Amino acid sequence: MSQSATTRVLVFSTNNISDPGIDLAGSRHLHYSPGVVVISLPCASGIKPSWIVHALTHGFDGVFIAADGDECAYLTDCSKRSAGIAEQAQAELAELGLSPSRVRLAAICSVCAEPFTKQVTEFVEELSEAVV
Amino acid sequence: MSERRIGVFICHCGGNISDYVDVAAVRDAIKDEPDVVVAETTIFACADATQTDMVQAIRDHNLDGLVVASCSPKLHTFTFRGVSRRAGMNPYLYTQVNIREQNSWAHTDDHEGATRKAIQLVRAGIAKTRLSTPLTPLEVETTPKTLVIGGGIAGLRAAVGLADIGLGVFLIEKEAEIGGWVKKFGTMYPSGRQGGKLIDELIEEVRRRPEIAVFTNAELISKSGSFGNYKVEIKISGEKSMGLALDVGSIVVATGFDTYQPEVGEYGYGIDGVVTLPKFKQMVDSAKGELVYHGRPVKNIAYIYCVGSRQPEGNAYCSRYCCAATVHASLEVADVDPSIHQYHLYRDIRTYGKFELMYTQSRERGSVYMKYPEETPPSVSRRSSGQLTVTTHDLLTGGEELEIPVDLVVLVTGMVPRKNETLTSALKLPVGSDGFYNEIHPKLRPVETVVDGVMIAGACQGPKSSYESVASGLAAVTQSATMLKKGVAELDPMVAQVTPESCTMCGLCEETCPYDAVSRTEFEDREVAQINAAVCKGCGGCAPICPEDAIDLRGYTDAQIRAMIENLAEVPVV
Repeated sequence: MSQSATTRVLVFSTNNISDPGIDLAGSRHLHYSPGVVVISLPCASGIKPSWIVHALTHGFDGVFIAADGDECAYLTDCSKRSAGIAEQAQAELAELGLSPSRVRLAAICSVCAEPFTKQVTEFVEELSEAVV
Repeated sequence: MSERRIGVFICHCGGNISDYVDVAAVRDAIKDEPDVVVAETTIFACADATQTDMVQAIRDHNLDGLVVASCSPKLHTFTFRGVSRRAGMNPYLYTQVNIREQNSWAHTDDHEGATRKAIQLVRAGIAKTRLSTPLTPLEVETTPKTLVIGGGIAGLRAAVGLADIGLGVFLIEKEAEIGGWVKKFGTMYPSGRQGGKLIDELIEEVRRRPEIAVFTNAELISKSGSFGNYKVEIKISGEKSMGLALDVGSIVVATGFDTYQPEVGEYGYGIDGVVTLPKFKQMVDSAKGELVYHGRPVKNIAYIYCVGSRQPEGNAYCSRYCCAATVHASLEVADVDPSIHQYHLYRDIRTYGKFELMYTQSRERGSVYMKYPEETPPSVSRRSSGQLTVTTHDLLTGGEELEIPVDLVVLVTGMVPRKNETLTSALKLPVGSDGFYNEIHPKLRPVETVVDGVMIAGACQGPKSSYESVASGLAAVTQSATMLKKGVAELDPMVAQVTPESCTMCGLCEETCPYDAVSRTEFEDREVAQINAAVCKGCGGCAPICPEDAIDLRGYTDAQIRAMIENLAEVPVV
């Protein structure tokens, strides 16, 4: 098993925006680590900070929020809300003695195949270096 | 937790999944999971025969949960919800697990990793299904009217079709006149009819139908509401600018294309005698007895194919209509003056379907076809003698360099996406890497977009012939009919719900919801929050805000997501 495959990242995506972008990465056969798995939700503003903490205390090395950014069809302030969720999770992690850098948020659009692949791969590399 | 009876089907997708994922190993890994009573692999889960088998399995084993691990949920969620419904099982007890786009295709380089990940994903799907509850779709009344954007051939034909199935139609066109590109075209293939005449007839059909209201100089500015009941705002420019607010149930976008404009110097563009295909077509359409360019008779023509198309930098796609359009134009030239020499310099010829007959006819009537190498495309210059000359290599005759003196060079240019930033942003239309609008799936859902009730048709989706544009316009008509003719539409019941026992009515959820979906009700002699399911959009934005964790999004409950996380975190041994 390669080092990167042992690094595990949970991605929260959104059904209409970032999940199609992640699908597109696969459709184009862009490669990223199979240690990356995705849970898709309607909107990034619906992610509970406790889920992020739950993931990081149950074996995941990192959580990547593939947010809607300004594209969100539900909430005009989705960017602000999802950033607030990430910050709250980071604060809870700090209290548990876990590094806040294990949570990352980036806006991923419905055709952001390359940006997703690049960002998640960089995140996996950074996390695996931190583990070493 | 009560026991469940879950069926799991793992799809090969031909080889799209099973070439990279050991699907039998995935089945073996999950078949003994608690609550799993059926675990099977299948070559194509979406095939009719497999669907029938699934219906039978649900009935035979009295299943109350279904997991299909196959492609993206965007493609087949509705397919397998349908299977569930036909078998008498609540469709919301079904979970789609994406092991193709988000697994096998993304990890073609790591079969072991992909297999391991598939097991994790399927286990998470089972965990989610185990906690699923039967849900009833929300029904909303729909507005039996469609907005068609774009008055070209696709939009006009769609408008006529929509009116004929009994829907009201608003047709808006940005230009001062309807008709689009085809209105300017001469003879069309295979009908041999004039484009302008075709459009005039279509416009006459539109006029005959009082259900269709046409607005020119009109643009969509904004859209609000949801599928079945959109409110759109239209701006009409002109002497008397005005705004218009319309209620529609669905929207068909048929905004067409632009033509590729070469840079000066690109294949000699800018030199006198070098023209693009659309310009050339106009010349041919208006030629009588002889072909004349700037007062001089044209006796020798070179066509350079793939200008601006299939380029590593720029438009990577094949524009697919231009080969046929050029071959057709060359036949028209032969009709005007059979003595004209025509040289076609191509990379590959794509005259699919009936166009192949036209290609054969063109060669029979004297057109000469030469295949140039991708790495050394033809060059165009005007010699000191004034002679326009094309230099090329012909791979079909040994690849030697040839110089062809000509009177006219036609750059065979393709279609490019039209810039419609206001519309794209107002409708939140997904744009592909080629710049054209993206359908959900080119074969399975060819005119639908990820925005419910907003369809795309014609060349705004990608290069198309007029025939293909009309076909997609009619597909959008059928799709609108299935959405609006019933008068009611089913909406996903994935809305927020409050656990009244936990709610303290702090009011934060009321404040956070921009849709005013939260109201107050009585529960055990105290006030608690409640969600109005018909108004809730299902974003779940209120759930993380609740300090008591009293709000869940149906289909994505706290318990379901936590169970998925735990199953995804556990790495299986392969």
